[in-house]
Amino acid sequence: MRTAMNPVRAVRATVNNLFASGAGLIAVVPIYLVLANALKTAADAASMNAEPPRDLQWGNIGAVIDQGNLGTAFFNSVLYSFGSMILAVLLAALAAYALARHRSRRHEIIYFLLIMGIAVPTNFVTLTKVMQLTHLIDTQIGIILVYAATQIPFDVLLIYAFVDSVPRELDEAAFIDGCSPIRTFFSIILPMLTPVLVTCGVLNILNVWNDFLTPLYLLGNSDNWPMTLSVYNFFGQYESNWAYISADVVLTILPVILIYVVAQRWILSGAFSGAVKG
Amino acid sequence: MARDTSVRPARDLTLPGSSPRRGRYSHLRHNYPTWFSGGALAVYGVFVLLPSLLGLGYSFTDWSAYSSDIHWVGLANFKAILDPNSAYLGAIVNTVIFTLATIILKTVIALALAVLLTSGVRRLAHLYRALIYLPALLPMVAVGIVFKSILDPDVGLLNSTLRAVGLGGLAQQWLTNVSLALWSVIGVDTWKGVGYIMVILIAGLLAIPREYYEAASIDGASGWQAFRHITLPLLRPVLAVTTVLNLLYALRVFDIVYVLTNGGPGHATDTVYTVIFDAFSLGQWGVATALSTVFLIVMVALGFVVLRVLRRPEVAQP
Repeated sequence: MRTAMNPVRAVRATVNNLFASGAGLIAVVPIYLVLANALKTAADAASMNAEPPRDLQWGNIGAVIDQGNLGTAFFNSVLYSFGSMILAVLLAALAAYALARHRSRRHEIIYFLLIMGIAVPTNFVTLTKVMQLTHLIDTQIGIILVYAATQIPFDVLLIYAFVDSVPRELDEAAFIDGCSPIRTFFSIILPMLTPVLVTCGVLNILNVWNDFLTPLYLLGNSDNWPMTLSVYNFFGQYESNWAYISADVVLTILPVILIYVVAQRWILSGAFSGAVKG
Repeated sequence: MARDTSVRPARDLTLPGSSPRRGRYSHLRHNYPTWFSGGALAVYGVFVLLPSLLGLGYSFTDWSAYSSDIHWVGLANFKAILDPNSAYLGAIVNTVIFTLATIILKTVIALALAVLLTSGVRRLAHLYRALIYLPALLPMVAVGIVFKSILDPDVGLLNSTLRAVGLGGLAQQWLTNVSLALWSVIGVDTWKGVGYIMVILIAGLLAIPREYYEAASIDGASGWQAFRHITLPLLRPVLAVTTVLNLLYALRVFDIVYVLTNGGPGHATDTVYTVIFDAFSLGQWGVATALSTVFLIVMVALGFVVLRVLRRPEVAQP
């Protein structure tokens, strides 16, 4: 037990704790608000107040999944985020490995071109033109390719920096044993890159899961819509039923919160390592 | 180390084209072939670079939904963008205001919270950190919908709370008041984004050696002096990274504006990305492309600065 605290310090500690809990409260109140209203009757949820639900309307969840066509939207979101993540991480790792290991003039230019994509904005207007020409407009494979393209630059940046920490002696030993370059990459290098691949993967999935603008431009057919587009559309249709809207919002953010709980280590340590490494 | 040349064979056995200066891996160069970058380059080239290059060309045309003919119109689209009576110039101004305001607000608040959670608060600091970070992970569309209800002038949580605590005079038409709407959008965006910046700054703060602060306190430095002369200078590289991240995000802001105000009232909250989308929806593809191209040029120029910050060895993360 600590003995009597200096009163000035005790007051300061109390004020600090008040500020911290206040900030924590401000951060979660809106999330609590949708959770509470998602389980109210339409009449009780009309004003979206912070009172807890009187009796829990679990039926809202089923009704929303049904009427908002959320099953399809959920499947689409999973398909787009995981599909583009696998493609982007794999292509980025392959490129980053060769570019980082052999730094010729040509490789430096390719590396610079690729990571320039972090700043280059997508021109959606002409992108729709490209998608029409390639017959990929309004298709699932089309949007997966577009998402992969937008994630690749950052993945290359992260993986390139990580490749240096994998000893060259590993590749050399594999080559001496007669491994082809591609086999060396898949069986020796890729496993060594796991930490950075997981970080890239989690970030890619979150980015794509939360994206709204790309499908807004590229997907007209509602059967192809991901969660974000479908929740926005639902919001437009049921503007007066805040219980349903809240339930839909909860179902959209729930997977993200689950990913956060499961992958918190990588999400936080990812953000952490960025600032500290050096 | 000097090599013993006496046992050197008469003929040089090094492979043609390789020089000993390149070291012992030189004969392994073909093991890192350029085609390894082919997949990434192809996907990125077709879906990011190609549209940008096409955009340069289409910017000078009257490409639209109304006619299948496309004509060269010179700088007409760019003139339309710079016309003070159009919505475009206002949108550019709004985007700049949004960007500067969110960078300043997020950095100041995140820094205060980061200092608070690393040195002011012991108990539950990890819980607070996790809670404040949570909004940063949520889809902006969902956040926008929730805040649409919170900012409702009649029944919204914000105004009803203000009235309940006797501050009803502060209750506002948050999203429909022309001079206030942009600031409401900035506020919501700050609420969502501040946790991300805070997490990065916390990492930066934890990397500063404790000894510096101990030495400063022995020398009689106040808390503020320690912050000003130890924390801030040592945090500068991390602050550069967070500023870049805020900048890249803010210039492209779309979702939160689209959901909260859709650019309104009037054009009060229009941003570059919302007017591009509007022009696209109206079939005015030439103007939409021209604006995208202007934006591209600005971003590429900024990109050179940005990449210099991000390529510093201490950065390995968004």
